Amino acid sequence: MSTTGKEPVAIVGIGQTKHVAARHDVSIAGLVREAAARALADAELTWADIDAVVIGKAPDFFEGVMMPELYLADALGAVGKPMLRVHTAGSVGGSTALVASNLVAARVHRTVLTLAFEKQSESNAMWGLSLPVPFQQPLLAGAGGFFAPHVRAYMRRTGAPDTVGSLVAYKDRRNALKNPYAHLHEHDITLEKVQASPMLWDPIRYSETCPSSDGACAMILTDRAGAARSPKPPAWVHGGAMRSEPTLFAGKDFVSPQAGKDCAADVYRQAGITDPRREIDAVEMYVPFSWYEPMWLENLGFADEGEGWKLTEAGVTELDGDLPVNPSGGVLSTNPIGASGMIRFAEAALQVRGQAGEHQVPDARRAMGHAYGGGAQFFAMWLVGAEQPGS
Amino acid sequence: MARYAREVAVIAFAQSDHLRRTDELSEVEMVMPVLHRVLAATGLKAGEIGFTCSGSSDYLAGRAFSFTMTLDGVGAWPPISESHVEMDGAWALYEAWVKIQTGEADTALVYSYGKSSPGSVRDVLTRQLDPYYVAPLWPDSVALAALQAQALIDAGETDEAGLAAIGARSRASAGANPHAQLSGAVAQGEYQVAPLRTGDCPPIGDGAAAVILAAGDVARRLCERPAWITGIDHRIEAHSLGLRDLTDSPSTRIAAEHAGVFEAPVDTAELHAPFSSQEVVLRKALGLGGDVAVNPSGGALAANPMMAAGLIRIGEAAARIHRGESDRAVAHATSGPCLQQNLVAVLEGDRA
Repeated sequence: MSTTGKEPVAIVGIGQTKHVAARHDVSIAGLVREAAARALADAELTWADIDAVVIGKAPDFFEGVMMPELYLADALGAVGKPMLRVHTAGSVGGSTALVASNLVAARVHRTVLTLAFEKQSESNAMWGLSLPVPFQQPLLAGAGGFFAPHVRAYMRRTGAPDTVGSLVAYKDRRNALKNPYAHLHEHDITLEKVQASPMLWDPIRYSETCPSSDGACAMILTDRAGAARSPKPPAWVHGGAMRSEPTLFAGKDFVSPQAGKDCAADVYRQAGITDPRREIDAVEMYVPFSWYEPMWLENLGFADEGEGWKLTEAGVTELDGDLPVNPSGGVLSTNPIGASGMIRFAEAALQVRGQAGEHQVPDARRAMGHAYGGGAQFFAMWLVGAEQPGS
Repeated sequence: MARYAREVAVIAFAQSDHLRRTDELSEVEMVMPVLHRVLAATGLKAGEIGFTCSGSSDYLAGRAFSFTMTLDGVGAWPPISESHVEMDGAWALYEAWVKIQTGEADTALVYSYGKSSPGSVRDVLTRQLDPYYVAPLWPDSVALAALQAQALIDAGETDEAGLAAIGARSRASAGANPHAQLSGAVAQGEYQVAPLRTGDCPPIGDGAAAVILAAGDVARRLCERPAWITGIDHRIEAHSLGLRDLTDSPSTRIAAEHAGVFEAPVDTAELHAPFSSQEVVLRKALGLGGDVAVNPSGGALAANPMMAAGLIRIGEAAARIHRGESDRAVAHATSGPCLQQNLVAVLEGDRA
């Protein structure tokens, strides 16, 4: 066995469900199987070709099922195979794909199915996040209540005008119209409507927040030999990393967490990227509240500190801009929480495979998938390319 | 030829004292001393570890994202490369082992923990069953294990006296384990769910464990006798009990084949068998003869902290190798009702 370096990892199959507020027509098992079957069909593989399954989702309380991978083993063709369940808060969809990718890179398995899901209509995510814990301050304001003060801090720190958030939401919701799997298809969306929507957690308006979705996303990852048999062009993993930092401590920068910077730097180092703004063609970024686009543009090194909002304002991140961000419509248009990170990773792969349909960025050769979670403390990212790394 | 790209060993293991209740401790407070002890055993600091991975369950903690608090206890600053599985820590160890195999890390800290005392774990575990057809009936974990035990008795694989002997042997062995929750002569007791009596069932308790992995020369430098993981694999079976032969564990057997268990004799087996009847199933699947020391730590019948008990099996097997009491051990972890999912690892020490 070779001990020199990792096995290159290719994404040869991608499947997702049409994301909607409530899939009353399928069980949890039916939902995940739909995405997995579409990924297999895309790769022209069968269940028998899969060596292992890596599954991720956000808290079990979101559906009210403890360790649902046990019950889902049958639906995902995992009987007799290894099955791993990853849980890293909101970044989990990305982390799950990275764990699957490592199985191939380490030459432990050759072809791996990875999948992430959330069926939020089975329960209530707000309730799931708000269980009272003794001796801790109750956080009954949901995720928006946690993140709004950090958005306000960003605005104060950078002098960004208060119109930037609505530009992001207007862009992402228009992009979503080109993505048949996106949850929100607001055909009559206008910038004025976004700006006139109710204020939920000042400065975050209703139309600047993500929806609650049912949905699943799946990918088939394989080695060089598997990629050679792929009927469609594969996407190749050029770099992937996870970073975590504590939830609360005096030195934490909630506007631009160090873990996010370190994670991006590790991915760029692996992929040989020195100027991300010029060398990356599309970004699928985890933006659950619109203001996180300019914030993450800085955190990920696409803009200097304090300058992210200027890229957004100048239209750089539009689908036809020179750094399209969230051509799929992003988390703002589709948010099955546990799957949202994997959708970012999968959409980045679709771009470099040239399979993104109406929201395809022309000639995308390198794209980034990004996810974060917890109190902006868990980060997972990958950079995928149309070329095999090193070729 | 080596089975994997890199040699990886367990170089340190620590665990808490396992207790029926720890009302005075938060999960962070329960985990932190264990983390400090396992790091101290190697001289490594949290910031020098290449990868960190943990296993736990939100349902036991009674809150979403419960693992974020224990991460604070690790001291993840500057930021660390880190992940978490919502599974027993044995699977966190597997993820960490894969990470080291990629070459992206040379060392890993793996920890897991669970507090069963705040709720009724028998009821809580019903929530991991099929949510539409089975969970609404609330069949508890002891009742499901009793189905398995009765199937074994009906098949002539064991009898109630044989099961009682397993419980008695386990708790007698635990007399040498200062961390065990139950040890010595424990009464077999009344039926919990026939044919299982109190002595056939695990104690309910709280606890934590941690392991440090290291590759090649790093392991040799930091540990006098590293416990090399020469094979590790895990497999899952169908969820529905009606689709399985409860007297057998094909997933354990497949995992054991891939881990290389059958390629040479083992002298020690640490089996995660929370119920005495499950040891019967696992002994058969792993082909263990009477000359193998099974659960010298006392096993899960002496202490069964949810989410940590599987990682503890790997840690106990490794510790025996560290001490020179074993040369080739098999460690096993399980998850799900009636041994649905099983992990098997082979640990070996260098021969003198």
